[in-house]
Amino acid sequence: MRTVAKGHRVLGRTVKGARVTRPLFSLSRSPFGRLVHDPVLLLVILSVFALIGLFVVYPLVRVFAASLFHRGVFNPRYFLYLFEGRPYLLRPFLNSITVGVLVAVIGTMVGFLYAYAITRTDIPGKSLFRWIATFPIISPPFLLALSAILLLGENGLITRWLFARFGIRWSVYGLPGLVLTETLAYFPLAFLTLEGVLSGIDPALEESAMDLGASKLRTFLRVTLPLATPGLAASFLLLFIRSLEDFGNPVVIQGRYPVLTVQAYLAITGMYNLPLGATLAIILLVPSVLAFILLQFWVGRRSFITVTGRPSTAGLHTTESYVKWPLFAGLVILSGIVLLLYGMVFYGAFTELWGVNHAFTLDNFRYVFSTGSSYLVNTLKLAGVATPLGGFLGIVIAYLVTRKNFPGRRALDFLSMLNFAVPGIIVGMGYVFAFNTPPIQLTGTAAIIVLVFVFQRMPVAIRDGVAMLQQIDPVIDEAASDLGAGFFRTFRRITLPLVAPALMAGMAYMFSACVTSISAVIMVVSAKWQLVTVALLHEVDNADLSQAAAYGVVIVLVVLGTIFFMDFLVRRVLGRWRHAR
Amino acid sequence: MHAELLLERLTKIFRGRGKPVVAVDHVDLEVGKGELLTLLGPSGCGKTTTLRMVGGFEIPTEGEIYLGGQRITHLPPQRRPTATVFQSYGLFPHMTVFENVAFGLKVRRVPRAEIRRRVQEVLHLVGLAGLEDRPPGKLSGGQQQRVALARVLVIRPQVLLFDEPLSNLDAKLRVETREHIRRIQKELGITSLYVTHDQAEAMAISDRIVVMNQGRIQQVGTPQEIYLRPANAFVADFIGRANFLTAKVVGKSATETEVELTSGLKLRIPYPFDFSLGETVKVVVRPEAVDLLPPSEGELVGTVVLAQLTGSLAHYRILLDSQEVLEVEVLGALEKGLLPSGTPVGLRFHLKNLHLLPA
Repeated sequence: MRTVAKGHRVLGRTVKGARVTRPLFSLSRSPFGRLVHDPVLLLVILSVFALIGLFVVYPLVRVFAASLFHRGVFNPRYFLYLFEGRPYLLRPFLNSITVGVLVAVIGTMVGFLYAYAITRTDIPGKSLFRWIATFPIISPPFLLALSAILLLGENGLITRWLFARFGIRWSVYGLPGLVLTETLAYFPLAFLTLEGVLSGIDPALEESAMDLGASKLRTFLRVTLPLATPGLAASFLLLFIRSLEDFGNPVVIQGRYPVLTVQAYLAITGMYNLPLGATLAIILLVPSVLAFILLQFWVGRRSFITVTGRPSTAGLHTTESYVKWPLFAGLVILSGIVLLLYGMVFYGAFTELWGVNHAFTLDNFRYVFSTGSSYLVNTLKLAGVATPLGGFLGIVIAYLVTRKNFPGRRALDFLSMLNFAVPGIIVGMGYVFAFNTPPIQLTGTAAIIVLVFVFQRMPVAIRDGVAMLQQIDPVIDEAASDLGAGFFRTFRRITLPLVAPALMAGMAYMFSACVTSISAVIMVVSAKWQLVTVALLHEVDNADLSQAAAYGVVIVLVVLGTIFFMDFLVRRVLGRWRHAR
Repeated sequence: MHAELLLERLTKIFRGRGKPVVAVDHVDLEVGKGELLTLLGPSGCGKTTTLRMVGGFEIPTEGEIYLGGQRITHLPPQRRPTATVFQSYGLFPHMTVFENVAFGLKVRRVPRAEIRRRVQEVLHLVGLAGLEDRPPGKLSGGQQQRVALARVLVIRPQVLLFDEPLSNLDAKLRVETREHIRRIQKELGITSLYVTHDQAEAMAISDRIVVMNQGRIQQVGTPQEIYLRPANAFVADFIGRANFLTAKVVGKSATETEVELTSGLKLRIPYPFDFSLGETVKVVVRPEAVDLLPPSEGELVGTVVLAQLTGSLAHYRILLDSQEVLEVEVLGALEKGLLPSGTPVGLRFHLKNLHLLPA
C-alpha cells in the first residue's frame, strides 16, 4: 500500500483532495473481485457451473467420445461409413431431415392459419379451439401415434373399413404416419408462437395500409405477412427441432421408414453397438444444434421479440364471410381430428382386444392398476422429486443470468439452455455413458432418472424463470441489496415470494412434462425403476393396443389433474397475494 | 471543506452489442459532509450511472470511489454505507409498510424492540405514522415515495443517494416532497447525492449543483453561480432559458467589462470577465433580465413577433434591428395587458444579470 496525496481537477480549478489509500495492485478491478466480496453468490455460481458441467456438458462429451473412440483408440469409422453413404447411416439421416422439414412446413402453415383465425377474425368458439390446441402440448405426444395406429394401423378401424369396402391395403406406418402425428403433436407450438406474433402487430399498421387504399389481401400480403415472417421462421425452426428429436411417435409408427432417434436407441439397447448409437446421435445433434443456433440468432437479432412484445388491446377483425367461414371450417376439421384421435385412445382403453373384439371392458384399467401400478407410482414419485429440484434450479439460473453480472455469465446462459437443442435420446445416452461406471455410478438407480428429468426440463424452467423475473422490477432486488441484504437473503425474502405463484404454475407443467416424458428416460430406466410411459410403449410393442390405450388415458388424467389442481392452488395463492397488494 | 464522498476519474463504459458507449467520462467530484449535491443534466448525460456506481449497482470501468477515506469502488451494494431512494421506489410489494422499513434493520440483526422503535420514529418523521400495516400497493404515489425515504433513513446511511425520486409524482406534490426531503436531509445532516433532470428542482434543493453532459462535468457550483455565471453555452441553455447576443469587448477594468452589441449599443457589465479587448463574445441574456419599455425610452429598439400569456408571465419574442431574436419574459402581464404582435418596443438590460461567454 502507498499513500497518495492527490489534487483533483474540477472544471479547471484544482482543489485539495482528501488523503486516500490505494493498493498498488488491484485484483478487484475485475468482476471476480466483486464476487470475492459476495462469497455466497460466488459459491452459488460455482455450484451451478459444477452441476451444469457434470450433468449437461459431461454426458454430451461422453457421447462424442463414444462416437470417435473405440476401445480407447481413435476410430471414427461410422462417420467414415456415413460419408461412404452406407444406407443404415445415411437413410435415417435423410429420413429425419425429410420428416423434420415436412412437419416444420405443414405445422407452421397450420399453426399460422389457426393463429390468424383466432387473432384476426371474430369466429365463434375461440376459447374452445385454443383449449384443444393445448391438448397435444400437455399430453404425451406419442399418444397421437398410438391413436393413429388404432385408426390407421394394420388393425385400424379405417384400415379395415378401406379393405372391406374397397379392397385397398394401406396402413399409416412410415412417412405418412410420422408427418401426420408429429404435425398434430407440434402445430400447437407454431400456433402459440404465431399467436403472440400476430397479436403483437399493432393493428394501426394494418389499418393505415387500408386507409392508404390497400385491399385486405394486399394488406395481408404486404404488411401482416412480412411482419410475421420472423415469427414464421422461428416457428419453422422450433418445429424442425422438435420433429428431429421426437422419439415417442417414430418408435411407434416409423415402420420401415427409420429415423435417427429410434435407430440410435436400437443401436444401443438392441445391438449393444455403442459407437454406432453414438454416431447416429451425433448425426442427429448437428442439424438440431444448427437449427437452435439459427433460432437464437433469429430471436435475438430480429424484431421478433419486440413484435411479440405485449399483445395489443384491440385486434383487427376480418369479418368478411369468405375469409372467416373457410378458416372456421379449417379449425373445426383440425380440432376435430385432434379430438377424434384422443377420443380413440379413450375408446380403445375400454375395448377387449383392439381390432378383434371391441366389446366394452374395464379389464385394461384393472391391468394398469395392478401390474402397472408400480410404474405409475414410480413415475409420480420421481417426477415429484424432480419437479421442485428442477423448478428451483431453473429460477436460480434464470436469476443469475438475468440479474447478476459475473464472468462466464453468457457461457452459463448458453450451456444451461443446451438441452433444449439436444434431443432427449442423446441426453439419455450421455447419462448411460457417463454414469455407468465409478466414480459416479448411477445406472439402475432412481437418481439417474430424477437427474434426467431435472436437466432435460431445465431449459424450459429457465425460460419460464426469466419470464417471471421480467415481471419484477430489478430495482426491487437492488433495493434489497442496497439495504444490506446479500444474495441469499434477497433471493429468499424478495425474489422467491414474488415469483412463487408463477413458479408453482411452471412446476405443474414441469411435473406433467416429466410424467409424459419418454425419449431421454427410456435410456436410463431399469427393471427396478420402470416408468409408465415406457410400459405403454412395451404394450404397443406387444400389440396390446387396448392396454396401451388404458395407460395413455391414465397418463392424460394424471396430467390434467395436476394442472387443474395447481391452477386451483395458484388462483387461491395468487388471489391472496394480489389482494395483499 | 472535508470531503465525505470522493469520486476520482470515475469512468463507465458500457460495452453492449453495438459500439462501446462512454456513459461517464473521468468524473472528479467531492461531496462535503452534510452537503446535498445534485447531479443535473439531460437524459443520457451519465448522472444516474454515476449515482449507481456510488451505490454499487455498476462497477466503474476506471477510477475510484472513496467514502470517508475508505475505498469502496468494488464493494457490492450490501457492503456499502450508502442507501438509495430509487426513481421507481423499489418497494417490496409482498411486505407491509412496516416490513419494508424494517427490512434493512432485520438484515443488520437489530433487536426486535429496537426495530419497532426506530421504524415508528422514522415513519413519524416522514409523516406515515398509522399506515404501518398497509401494503405499499395500497398507498398513493406520494406515500410510496415517503416509504422509500423512510426505508433508507432508518438504517442511518453515511450517504443518501436519490435517483430522480420525484419524477413519478405530479407537479404540485413534487414541490411539497422536495421541500420535505430537503428539510429532513438538513435536520439529520446526511451527506446526499441527488440526481435530477429538472433544473428547478435542482436549484431549489441543492447546496451545490453539478451540471453534466455527455458523461462529463460541465460546471460545479452553487445554484446562484450556475444560473448567473454559467461556465459555457450548454449550462447557460440548460439552466433556465438564455438568449445569446453577439458582442465585442471594448473596455475592461478590475470591476467591470464593457461590450458593444452589433447594433452599436454599449453595455457596462459590472463584473471582470477574463476576455481581451476586441475579442468577440456572446452576451448571455436571461429572459427576465430585460425590461420592455415604450420605443422612445429603450436603449435598443425591436418589434414584437410573438406574444403569449403563460399565467403570471407574458412571454414575448422580439426581433431586434440587428435581426437577432430575443426571448423576453415580463411579470404581471395580466394588469399590464399583452402587447400585440407587431408592436414596436424599447428594451433595457439589467446589467448586473448579464453574463459573457466565448463566442
